[in-house]
Amino acid sequence: MVQTPLIDVTDLRKYFPIRKGLLRRTVGNVHAVDGVTFSINAGETLGLVGESGCGKSTVGRVVLRLIEPTSGDIKVTGRSIVNLGRDEMRPLRRQMQIVFQDPFSSLNPRMRAGDIVGEPLKVHGVGDPKDREARVAALFARVGLRAAQMRSFPHQFSGGQRQRVSIARALALDPGFIVADEPVSALDVSIQAQVINLLMDLQRDMNLSYLFISHNLAVVEHISHRVAVMYLGRIVEYADKKTLFASPQHPYTEALLAAVPLPDPSLKRTKHRVDGDVPSPIRPPPGCHFHPRCRYAEARCKVEAPVLKQIAPGHEVACHLR
Amino acid sequence: MAPVLEVSGLSTVFHTRRGLVRAVQDVSFTVDAGETLAIVGESGCGKTITALSLMRLIPMPPGEITSGSVKLDGQDLLKVDEPTMRTLRGSKIAMIFQEPMTALNPLLTVGKQIAEMVVLHDKASAQVARKRAVEMLHHVRIPEPERRAREYPHQMSGGMRQRAMIAMALACRPKVLVADEPTTALDVTIQAQILDLIGDLQREFGTAVVLITHDLGVVAETAQRVVVMYAGRKVEEAPVGEIFARPLHPYLRGLLNSIPHVNSARGVDVDEPVRLQEISGIVPPLNDLPPGCAFSPRCSMSEARCTQTRPPFEQKADDHFAACWRA
Amino acid sequence: MSTTVSIDGPITPSAMNNFWYLVRRYPLGVAGAIIMIMFVLAAIFADYVAPLDPFSTNARASLARPNDVYLMGADMMGRDVLSRLIHGARISLAVALGATIIGSGVGAAVGLACGYIGGWFDLIVQRITEVMQALPLLVMALVITASLGPSLRNTIIAIAIPLIPTVARVIRSNVLSLREMPYVEAAKATGMSEFRIAVVHVMPNTLAPLIVLATAQLGSTILTEASLSFLGLGVPEPYPSWGRMLSESAAEYVRTAPWLVIFPGLVISLVVFGSNLLGDALRDALDPRQRG
Repeated sequence: MVQTPLIDVTDLRKYFPIRKGLLRRTVGNVHAVDGVTFSINAGETLGLVGESGCGKSTVGRVVLRLIEPTSGDIKVTGRSIVNLGRDEMRPLRRQMQIVFQDPFSSLNPRMRAGDIVGEPLKVHGVGDPKDREARVAALFARVGLRAAQMRSFPHQFSGGQRQRVSIARALALDPGFIVADEPVSALDVSIQAQVINLLMDLQRDMNLSYLFISHNLAVVEHISHRVAVMYLGRIVEYADKKTLFASPQHPYTEALLAAVPLPDPSLKRTKHRVDGDVPSPIRPPPGCHFHPRCRYAEARCKVEAPVLKQIAPGHEVACHLR
Repeated sequence: MAPVLEVSGLSTVFHTRRGLVRAVQDVSFTVDAGETLAIVGESGCGKTITALSLMRLIPMPPGEITSGSVKLDGQDLLKVDEPTMRTLRGSKIAMIFQEPMTALNPLLTVGKQIAEMVVLHDKASAQVARKRAVEMLHHVRIPEPERRAREYPHQMSGGMRQRAMIAMALACRPKVLVADEPTTALDVTIQAQILDLIGDLQREFGTAVVLITHDLGVVAETAQRVVVMYAGRKVEEAPVGEIFARPLHPYLRGLLNSIPHVNSARGVDVDEPVRLQEISGIVPPLNDLPPGCAFSPRCSMSEARCTQTRPPFEQKADDHFAACWRA
Repeated sequence: MSTTVSIDGPITPSAMNNFWYLVRRYPLGVAGAIIMIMFVLAAIFADYVAPLDPFSTNARASLARPNDVYLMGADMMGRDVLSRLIHGARISLAVALGATIIGSGVGAAVGLACGYIGGWFDLIVQRITEVMQALPLLVMALVITASLGPSLRNTIIAIAIPLIPTVARVIRSNVLSLREMPYVEAAKATGMSEFRIAVVHVMPNTLAPLIVLATAQLGSTILTEASLSFLGLGVPEPYPSWGRMLSESAAEYVRTAPWLVIFPGLVISLVVFGSNLLGDALRDALDPRQRG
């Protein structure tokens, strides 16, 4: 049975203009997102991995239309949302929410936690103040916070607790899809586990879908069903979690996995160190973006950009050599 | 062979409006030449303050190193006067930081900043210093070192800036390098390069490295000895193989169980999502520590004794120490 | 290099603890606050505090030296200087508060609009404020009062207007950075309208710098009012204005009756100084990097 994916993104692009001069003329474009295609089913997590400058955070924001896409299509339960006006988007926004990386700046420091979580309900006119308060209390309980903490201000919470407040806010309107942009990266290791477990419990109980953006491969492997690896605005490998981590096909994915330090000194892996720096998206290398750092690169790779193609069911790679 | 760095009973406090913050309490360790000691812990455990105390970079007031000794080649750094300490910083003991962009002067070229170290400590001429700076940049594997020496920090990538900082720190061949979360702000592929580089340079120059980190993966791959800190004190200490194979303190055990692992590399096949083991609660405030063992409120194994008396840090097995009544 | 020691958990200091802490940490600011509080109290309770009637003249007491009755002496019309200074506080307070509130309020609204709307609107308004800032505050105030005529109301307006560009610029730059905050993005994600976001999320977070700015401006508004009155263009008779007290006496009586010049001058300096101290301390105290 093929279900309509909850989120269906096709050839998404986002270019940021580079403006120079007194009159701010556009002299070029930063290809932050350069043709990205993926889909997410209900109750599923797509892990989006990559290093800085790869465009994964931009993808998250463009999918929610917090930033407008330059081109491409985004479908939510089969309905295209790219051309919808503000009023048409508004009710749809209830279904798609976001949780950010920084627990400090994701909450308005001058609002009480209960008001922060209740605000989406207010914006959409859900229930009267008493209903809303009850619902906020329920949300607080759901994310593991006490109702008394509804009166506290953000600075009175710890980092992990602030993230819980952010998650409660994202859940307020009962969405089906949440973009989680590095939600645990700024937290201490022992707190990360709490928040990861919470996110997974919520997914199971509420059939939530996540676009889980992270640079931490271990966390991504733990929480995702499918994984997409991004490099300089493009997806270079796209597969289900087990396949990607057990037998990566793209040289960049290999390099990433080889670079992750493992907490087990008895594992002596011979690692191949990938050389060079993560390139800047302002001046991407021609052809395959990864070719300057790739140990398998051939002449063709320097000239022709490889297309994401399927090499096995459910496994796509963008590499000439596969 | 005597260790290069001997820290004994180091304690550092801060006088704040919320009371006395005991950031570091009675910390001792030794590092041999060519060895890497990792100090692991989360935020608020005191590892960074320990590092800064070694370098005597604690602002006093409100900070104060209340006791202990830091012996570098036999000389106690806590007892020398400030001018002497300044000559030692950079030449005998150097530090690299987490965020290279703020640790490098944005108004000076990278080459000039490295040369400055050489002029200051080795009393070399500007010309000789410039040459040494370019040599160091080459040593840290920056391509085209002559050109890069003339560049400013903002013109370099994060990884390159970190290499420049390492070049600056090692320019005068210090005996001890203190590295405070040197790769936390870097991408994972760059992190691997930098850790390799530090390891290679350490083997070449025989530098003792004190590595401060929260990442147990980094510890496993780079350190020979490990010290685990919690709420300002040491809670466990052992060689790296031993501490990962047989972690004794519940905090370390909790940490190891709460980190998701990249399973494929361990050959573990996991079909159903495994629930990570949580450590409940949060790190206690350093100005209001609980009685007895600081970890007891969060510890699944804690009993009456743990909340009344603080367990001593003592030997539990061969070259393996921990502070726990239940270990 | 700053070392931050992070302390988490709820903090509940007692009020007393807090006050003495403030005195120890911001002694100058507390001093400034005390001066300003005295100033405000004097203005409010002038009728009860002032020993004599500031308006009643007494030819026999003309130019009296400071004595038991006339503690700071009397002016050429025999009016008590001290009582006039205390009542003058009312005028200065009215002008300072009025001008600061109107100037800051309008300036904040302009800054908020510029920061939020951006584009051509922002460009044009920015150029206008730049031109306004190029003119000295006093010159602008002079021109306005000269054209409108001297009165209490016009003085307030004349001092408020030059305040607008300064406040607008500061608020605008705050708004530009606040707009990028994740909690603003989160609000957008819930479908909140831009206007509502600006009012509910952005505006309250610019209040702190606005308060600091306004407090600092208080001092300069008092000085401007004094200057305008000194030049005869500010608050007219019979209101006792500190500036006019200076202007009436400065030329003729400075050597024969120096108290007519010294005391008004001292009071003006003291209040301006106090407001500056308070503004500085508020800025330090409200700086998020200073808070634990």
